[in-house]
Amino acid sequence: MNPSGVHLQDVTIAFDRHPAVHHLNGSFASGSLTAIVGPNGAGKSTLLRALMNELPLASGRIDRGHVMPIDIGYLPQAADINRRFPITVGDVVLLGAWRQAGAFEAVSAGNVSEARRALSSVGLTGFEQRLIGSLSAGQFQRVLFARLLLQNAKLILLDEPFTAIDARTTHDLLHIVRRWHQDGRTVIAVLHDVEQVRAHFPQALLLAREPIAWGPTVTTMTADNLLRARLMAERWDENAAICEVPDQSAA
Amino acid sequence: MTVYQLFILPFVEYGFLRRALIACVALGLGSGPVGVLLMLRRMSLVGDAMSHAVLPGAAIGFLIAGGLSLPAMGLGGLVAGLSVALLSGLVSRSTPLREDASFASFYLTSLALGVLIVSLRGSNIDLLHVLFGTILAIDARALYFIGAMTSITVVTLAIIYRPLVVECFDPGFLRAVAGRGSLYHFLFLFLVVLNLVAGFQALGTLMAVGLMMLPAAVAQLWARTLPGMMLTAAATAAVSGYIGLIVSSPRLRLGSDDHPDGKPNLWLLAAARTVRGYAPASTPTASDWLRKKHERRPLPHSIFGPDDLGRDGHIGFGQNAEHRRQL
Repeated sequence: MNPSGVHLQDVTIAFDRHPAVHHLNGSFASGSLTAIVGPNGAGKSTLLRALMNELPLASGRIDRGHVMPIDIGYLPQAADINRRFPITVGDVVLLGAWRQAGAFEAVSAGNVSEARRALSSVGLTGFEQRLIGSLSAGQFQRVLFARLLLQNAKLILLDEPFTAIDARTTHDLLHIVRRWHQDGRTVIAVLHDVEQVRAHFPQALLLAREPIAWGPTVTTMTADNLLRARLMAERWDENAAICEVPDQSAA
Repeated sequence: MTVYQLFILPFVEYGFLRRALIACVALGLGSGPVGVLLMLRRMSLVGDAMSHAVLPGAAIGFLIAGGLSLPAMGLGGLVAGLSVALLSGLVSRSTPLREDASFASFYLTSLALGVLIVSLRGSNIDLLHVLFGTILAIDARALYFIGAMTSITVVTLAIIYRPLVVECFDPGFLRAVAGRGSLYHFLFLFLVVLNLVAGFQALGTLMAVGLMMLPAAVAQLWARTLPGMMLTAAATAAVSGYIGLIVSSPRLRLGSDDHPDGKPNLWLLAAARTVRGYAPASTPTASDWLRKKHERRPLPHSIFGPDDLGRDGHIGFGQNAEHRRQL
């Protein structure tokens, strides 16, 4: 597998010139397993979308190295998906074969059996023809993980994968995350549960618009740093200063 | 009055009824599936707004052609509808107004302009014809026009089906893997306008959206999968068109003497929806009646088409005996 690290250089992302993420420097090493932690509105999801090249950067640059857009697997927040849409579980998982089938080509028999295996490995054997509207939140999250399995992505971005998911499902899905890590894929997950991060994620980025700390979880997720992140969150207000974005030439 | 006299003879006797029937079936084939997608995208009211927005274009076409000319009105309507769609998309992206708000302001302006243009030159009857259509005046040329619109719709839907479904159900995923969500969104809006324009003569600019939304509402209650909903919508539109034409046929004289028309279609559609709508929520859908209890659901048509069925003899998903046992 080619290296799939991502390097960030003075990245600032702004909405209406109000920065959502401020001067971020650092890198997600190839094959690393990183948790992004921070209060609501800290710019975590924004950062993920910027990593996918969906948002323009106000300054700085993101170097994705050998990672092409199609190599990125993305798990959106549950609220971004229309779960009442009449589509079957099998079809959702098969969307993971987009790299081979694209928007217009047929899906091969190999993809179908691969999709079936992916469903089995998330514990949903035989759910292929169920409509997604009939699944529980946990089962649906398993379906999305099966789709990610089929995508075979080098860089996997998970946006709050375990929010509103029960302990048993979280345990099973964390097992899959660990497997991706062992395969040498780069995994970045936005999480809220500090204990979970300490137990399962070797790297962590503590974000509160500005990076508070980034590195091995033991050194970043200290009580001190978490308090700082919370204080920064409480200081925010509607009239936050407009970010003076330095000229690209000056940076 | 025999069954033959009631249900078939009118179409044997009157050529205009035959043409109207073919028009209804063709319109249903195009508008039904488009309406289902429109409803699933929670854009039902956008369809309504669009049907008002096409009016000034249709009116200008009406004036230039000097009467009800489907191609002239259609072209004008297409241009007006797409402009409103593009403008409101632009406004909602560059201002805090949401897309529905900008749609509302544009279509109201558009509707007022349309009524103004028609009344500048035409009579009140003309205005009524533009707004509500004259289904029994459909001639062979209008039929070809409607047929072409329906063909374009069905073929385009078939080609962009997969990205359109994904854009509807998980837009973030489509952005990540293909990144052209707005292209498909716009193509879809184009199809909506196209079908509204096709429905001009049959139902008029105001009512054309009825053939889109009512069958879709019926279909959502009767079918569970997307292809099932599309088929149900197309069939519902065609059948209610047929019954509506019988009700308003000269033989029964239930339609008004001056211009018997397609409004009974819409009443019937509304009735069909209401009948289903008032049934308790737990009432089984049509497909349940056709199946034994506890029987597995049959394989729904995959969005990937028939090619994802296994080539090695057994049929793709869910038909695997081993999986059935595990359930």
